Amino acid sequence: MTFDLTILTHNAGAILGGFGVTLETWISGVLIGILAGLAIALLQLSCARAVSGALRAYIEVVRGTPFLIQLFFLYYGGPSVGLSLEPVTAGILGLGVYGSAYFAEVFRAGFRSIPPGQLEAGVCLGMTRWQMVHRIMLPQMLVIIVPSLCNTIIVLSKETAVLSVITVPELTGVLTGIGSLSFAFLEVLVALCLGYLTLVELTAWFGRWVERKVGHFMLR
Amino acid sequence: METLLSMLSTLPLLAGAAFATISISLVSLVFAFFLGTGICAMRFSRVAPLRWLAIAHVRFFRGVPLLVQLLMLYYLLPSFGINLSSLAAAIIAISVCSSAYVAEILRGGFLGIPPGQLEAARMLGLGGLSTLARIQVPQALRLTLPALVNEVILVIKASSLVSVVGVAELTRTAQNIAASTYKPLEIYFLVGAVYFVINILLARLGVLGERRLAKAHQS
Repeated sequence: MTFDLTILTHNAGAILGGFGVTLETWISGVLIGILAGLAIALLQLSCARAVSGALRAYIEVVRGTPFLIQLFFLYYGGPSVGLSLEPVTAGILGLGVYGSAYFAEVFRAGFRSIPPGQLEAGVCLGMTRWQMVHRIMLPQMLVIIVPSLCNTIIVLSKETAVLSVITVPELTGVLTGIGSLSFAFLEVLVALCLGYLTLVELTAWFGRWVERKVGHFMLR
Repeated sequence: METLLSMLSTLPLLAGAAFATISISLVSLVFAFFLGTGICAMRFSRVAPLRWLAIAHVRFFRGVPLLVQLLMLYYLLPSFGINLSSLAAAIIAISVCSSAYVAEILRGGFLGIPPGQLEAARMLGLGGLSTLARIQVPQALRLTLPALVNEVILVIKASSLVSVVGVAELTRTAQNIAASTYKPLEIYFLVGAVYFVINILLARLGVLGERRLAKAHQS
């Protein structure tokens, strides 16, 4: 068993490209997930029972089924109803949908952690519902949820590896491809682990930094 | 809808596959629980290198995607002369990965016990082992039950990844049926429903268990 780094240096371009696709799918998926999740949480707050019940069902279904099955449903099942997507597009959309359910729960927990007295005070001051949401609830909620938001973002970074199964050329797909051609699995898998560990640790570190920053803002 | 009805003929096949998914998950969870308990014990150890090892374990196995860990076992071990069946590789990968999460959950549970209780136990002359068995473990289990149930559901979902190395569980069976019937939409919908039902039942079971423990705690 030898450890030959030239396998990696020779394919540096492809590996960096794969890392790029990982970043692209991850960031796009996170953005879609956060926006959709926030929309879901806000709708659940303000809409009729039927709407929030339907959204609840959506969250439960998305969280109760494996990400891989959701991807297969979207990517292989989509064409039968006229929805043919490129692998990367399907991957981003899948990540976005999967993330939206988790983000919605994060936001919901954030909204619920706001003391009801503050909302009663808002009502007494004659604030409208929307004013209460964007002046009282959102600013505090966004600070409270930073840790769990980061956690969900990190979970999604690891889910991008699953996209390799639907042939998205991201880090895992590219590196295992190189491994199968060269049989240099050790080098390739060490690189994979280092790639994801770096991504996860950097995100966690960034999350703690944001937490400290916004924490100061809360104390003032 | 008609096609969905015709898919019902695949149900016996799916039932067997669902049984495989559940068995793989449960076996992995049992290993994960024991391994996780050990890691958690190491994390609280007085010996610093043991603590570092536990921290490294948790960091690594929570920081690398399960799929990568699975591929690592599946592809790397043969080059060290160890030949594992894909089923064994799958169970080991899930167990080790989940153990890192279980260790963190249990650590949270033990940290959640008020330190005053441990001081009181020492004052009453309780030994380390009986403090652990009578005061710490029962409470830690009660505190961590919701998180542990959540971990069970996560493992059921994560077990779908072992289809990638060819283990014939629910997801792999769905892929085979989809390939032979050309009805991917219906079959993945149906299999998604099977996973959903399993997870809902587990969640319910968890809530029942929580209630039970809470009652036992009160009386």
